[in-house]
Amino acid sequence: MWEYTDKLKDHFFNPRNVGVVEEPDGVGEVGSLACGDALKLTFKLDKNGKIKDAKFKTFGCASAIATSSVLTEMIKGRSLEEAAKVTNKDIADYLGGLPEQKMHCSVLGREALEAAIENYRTGGKKKHELEGNIVCNCFGVTEKEIERVIRENDLTTVEEVTNYCKAGGGCGGCAGEIEKIIERIKPEKPEQPAISAPRRPEKLTNIQKIQLIQQTINEQIRPALRAHGGNIELIDVEGNKVVVAFRGMCAQCRLTELTMKDVVEAKLREFVSRELFVEEDKESAQEPHNHRE
Amino acid sequence: MKTIYFDNNATTKVAEEVLEEIKPLFCELYGNPSSMHTFGGQMGRRIRQAREQIAALLACDPSEIMFTSGGTESDNTAIKGTLAAQPHKRKIITTRVEHPAVLAVCRDLENHGYTVVELGVDRDGRLDFEELVEQIDDNTALVTIMYANNETGVVFPIDKIAKLVAGKGAVFHTDAVQVVGKIPLNLSDSNIDLLSLSGHKLHAPKGVGILYVRKGTRLSPFMLGGHQEAGRRAGTENVPGIVGLGKACELAAENLEAENSKVKYLRDKLEGAILEKCPDCRLNGDSENRLPNTSNISFEYIEGEAILLMLDKYGICASSGSACTSGSLEPSHVLRAMGVPFTAAHGSIRFSLSRYNTEEEVDYTIEKLPPIINQLRELSPFVTK
Repeated sequence: MWEYTDKLKDHFFNPRNVGVVEEPDGVGEVGSLACGDALKLTFKLDKNGKIKDAKFKTFGCASAIATSSVLTEMIKGRSLEEAAKVTNKDIADYLGGLPEQKMHCSVLGREALEAAIENYRTGGKKKHELEGNIVCNCFGVTEKEIERVIRENDLTTVEEVTNYCKAGGGCGGCAGEIEKIIERIKPEKPEQPAISAPRRPEKLTNIQKIQLIQQTINEQIRPALRAHGGNIELIDVEGNKVVVAFRGMCAQCRLTELTMKDVVEAKLREFVSRELFVEEDKESAQEPHNHRE
Repeated sequence: MKTIYFDNNATTKVAEEVLEEIKPLFCELYGNPSSMHTFGGQMGRRIRQAREQIAALLACDPSEIMFTSGGTESDNTAIKGTLAAQPHKRKIITTRVEHPAVLAVCRDLENHGYTVVELGVDRDGRLDFEELVEQIDDNTALVTIMYANNETGVVFPIDKIAKLVAGKGAVFHTDAVQVVGKIPLNLSDSNIDLLSLSGHKLHAPKGVGILYVRKGTRLSPFMLGGHQEAGRRAGTENVPGIVGLGKACELAAENLEAENSKVKYLRDKLEGAILEKCPDCRLNGDSENRLPNTSNISFEYIEGEAILLMLDKYGICASSGSACTSGSLEPSHVLRAMGVPFTAAHGSIRFSLSRYNTEEEVDYTIEKLPPIINQLRELSPFVTK
């Protein structure tokens, strides 16, 4: 059972400002049924350009409903400039915190607000605009969005990014690309001293190295892929070059080269040797390999 | 506030009679059955008695009962023990809707060179028997298929499956933790080789279970380090758990039919009223071949966790296949395997009853649930009025 704060429960059981504002000045719609949560936010301005009324409709769990309710409370009486400064962290803090895996609910609220303000200013689409590259196809999350949650919330792992914006939480095929984005943003922050360095073997014979690579694939990499219907096979090891093939869902994923390779490489470097690099064996991936179908 | 417990597929209340039976086994009769002294040795008789009580419920020989720590250990032992005993065969057949205690074990075995076939199910959660016929071959070491699904309650035609598997010379295991005590079993008249049972699903304590091992089934031991259970499962016996499980099986055998007609009546009343009073909801799973206590209903356009928390306010306990309850982002693997659309999978609620539920509790839930559904639908952007 989730540990929800009393404030969150209060906003879930007694949500404020449910509904749709009549003749709204701004409308924002984000999320979808498939994603498991969706929010429609509408607001109306007064003569001075301040938010006079804001209402919401939400499909989702208790924290999605509570964050929506809180959001409407937070923006009422504010000018659009002030409202636009509300971050997902502000929303979570207002509720006295959210469970980590529910942080994406606070992001949903912020996105809806932005979409509504955008709609007011440009008369543009009410739907949340997908700008730039889509990284996570399962949940339709763009590179920009991922960069933003990383920066605003100091995220350092793929798991955290998934908690905050769902990216990587479906087939998992984009984990490598998310990892890359995290790496790219890291230098913007002051370097934190490493708490622990991975313990890698000192010297390996070729046979030991191959065995360790196979073991790492079996124990560290395959279970994650299998959870999403994919698989990986070790084809060859030549010096520091590791040749692998992706199967099942992973092989069909358009982003294979960009993403899975990096995940595998990162794991192999962590557990075997820093020198390793990974190549994908395309030919063997073409072969039908559907014993599980 | 009174608790109304409709989550008996998760765990059950320990029966008062069971508690009475095991109370003296903690501070008074705490001996080790392996000891040479009378004080410890007398516990051996209690274990023997429990074995007989369980064998009576399953209609098997007491020597075919092996005690374990629960359903998960029984499943692990059955699968790994069977494969270890016949190393030349490298194929396992299971289903996409198994409990993780089976599915995760099978998928892990793929890392060790095994071929794993996961059979699919149709929209009603029914298995395609012909697919099994096609897949089973001489290389198949083990077929492991659950007796009934924990989420939907759909019961598979296990006797028919076991017969086919026996004819092909493979070992057949079934995870029956949701079935024992709910529908009658007669193992003496079936081809099941291995069957898992969990104590806490039928009013015995947590931490005890059995693996039924048909005479002549080759099984390598999973736990080493002692002579207990005829060398098949090492470790000092969980005497209170075992005695409690024996008593729980005795109670189940006595009341099976009467209880299940009552439980089924309550389930049907609850389900019928919900489907009638709440628009846009659907039953998940084959309504015919189903456990008498389970009902899995999807409420479209709203989300399961929100429903559970609203029910919780009234003390009503149920569970959901929604993504949000588990912390994962995708809904239940069982509902997805059945092709339940996302619109319905996120809003699925499972009610699982037991003999301790009353008609009053059912009526109370029938009264409280529809307004909750309405309230959440009023919040939903997908419902327009």
